[in-house]
Amino acid sequence: MGQQRITRAECAHVAALARLELTDEELDRFTGQLDELLDHVAEVEALEIDDLVPTMHALPITNLLRPDVPGDVLDRDEVLAHAPFAEDGQFRVPPVLGEAP
Amino acid sequence: MTAVEIAAAVRSGQQSARTVVDEYLGAVAEGDADIRAFNLVTEGQARARADAIDSAVAAGRDPGPLAGVPVALKDNMCTRGVPTTCSSRILEGWAPPYDATVVERLHAAGAVIVGKTNMDEFAMGSSTENSAFGPTRNPCDTSRVPGGSSGGSAAAVAAGFAPVALGSDTGGSIRQPAALCGVVGVKPTYGLVSRYGLVAFASSLDQIGPFTTTVADSATVLDVISGPDHRDSTSIGESQPSVSATLDNGVDGLRVGVLAELSGDGIAPDVAARVQAAASALESAGARVAKASAPSAVYGLSAYYLIAPAEASSNLARYDGVRYGLRVDGDSTPDMNTATRSAGFGDEVKRRIMIGTYALSAGYYDAYYGKAQKVRTLIINDFASVWEEFDLLVSPTSPTTAFSLGERTADPMAMYMSDVCTVPVNLTGQAAMSVPFGVGDDGLPVGVQILAPALGEPVMFRAAAVLEASR
Repeated sequence: MGQQRITRAECAHVAALARLELTDEELDRFTGQLDELLDHVAEVEALEIDDLVPTMHALPITNLLRPDVPGDVLDRDEVLAHAPFAEDGQFRVPPVLGEAP
Repeated sequence: MTAVEIAAAVRSGQQSARTVVDEYLGAVAEGDADIRAFNLVTEGQARARADAIDSAVAAGRDPGPLAGVPVALKDNMCTRGVPTTCSSRILEGWAPPYDATVVERLHAAGAVIVGKTNMDEFAMGSSTENSAFGPTRNPCDTSRVPGGSSGGSAAAVAAGFAPVALGSDTGGSIRQPAALCGVVGVKPTYGLVSRYGLVAFASSLDQIGPFTTTVADSATVLDVISGPDHRDSTSIGESQPSVSATLDNGVDGLRVGVLAELSGDGIAPDVAARVQAAASALESAGARVAKASAPSAVYGLSAYYLIAPAEASSNLARYDGVRYGLRVDGDSTPDMNTATRSAGFGDEVKRRIMIGTYALSAGYYDAYYGKAQKVRTLIINDFASVWEEFDLLVSPTSPTTAFSLGERTADPMAMYMSDVCTVPVNLTGQAAMSVPFGVGDDGLPVGVQILAPALGEPVMFRAAAVLEASR
């Protein structure tokens, strides 16, 4: 393996971006495993492909649009019945910006 | 009995759907404690639907081309009112408010859904060991993995728990377990089968397809589930020719390439020998066989393990404790999101989310994600050249036969290498399938992969039928 490609601190930063809280053990393990993967994928660095157009979709397809007419929609009560917390026909969450609950 | 035979017997009234379904449910009850193919068996619903099909036949109506055929569904396809877990704790307690398009089409064709099958969590894995419900075992040897991520579906068909199962294939998750369990598995052209109601992993790569014991059964199922769907904006807008109709047309005059990049290094010699034997069988049946080369295919794994996690990190942002499944309390919504995701996701899912978040983050986007998308273009261009000279390609499906449970769980990179033969096709959007073709030195099944250009399913199935007949 070559130089270290991702540090423990960077790994912790990425976890925070992804809203994951890792234990010290997880952070140690994932840092090594991510580093190993990044080392493997580094094989593509040498490819001279700057002039190629990036592919988002493999096939030349265009969006398939439905007719613009009202159709069946999901039943609100059925959707909310499976939410962790619902109230007054809405999803309920804890305070977002620190206001009183 | 094959699915085709069951449907014929049920449609003609020779056999009741209820008898068929009871027989398969009996096999599940007897054998699944050892295999653990199913997360959930929907016995009551299955028996009720079988009775309804029998009533239809009695009333002179035709229930359809899959009349009375039991089908097992990978547990990432939405079934209205029936738990759909993706083998993850984070979807605990959730039942979808709608059916996936494939579920609607199966029902409309007279099929009977018998349950939801185990998988690697959110389809991330190659062994079905990354499941919150514990691993599935390979029916050919219960000390081995069934492959993954659709390992439960492959095992269900291999064990005789259902003649048909559906899986999803993002990097090989249908073909590799089909190979390891000794059944037929198909990854259709991207967009041929609607993804509506398939829980998203990597949206530009995911595709649903069948597992069956015979090539003709897979053709029948594909004809039922494929076709345009206005609820999937990436579905191909035109209906395609029936695959079943030309199944027996043979391979006389077809140009078949043996893909050099997936034949040498890293492929077990006993597996490589079966691919050569398959090429010879196609040649004996009239195909013109030659060596083919798509040099950039070797970079498929690297591109895949950046693109798929990047798309996954975005798709899995929706599991935040707000709308479905698990919620772990926190003082604020961000704390609740973090607590829920940290408790609800398993190791492999966390790893992939981290890889994807990293590859998409400021300062690294161009070097990783952007570069991977250009590699994807390179691979597509190489295959486009190959298709000027060849109608089909053959390769191994998996570099080895089924490996032992626990053998690769501590080493993610070793697990990722299991996908080396299958990922290029997901990147290019092409069709591919795995057909069982003999056994390796350990007596376990070997799958041969047949690759076709986009929408090349009819020709691909003709070659699969020839291999099946000559093994």
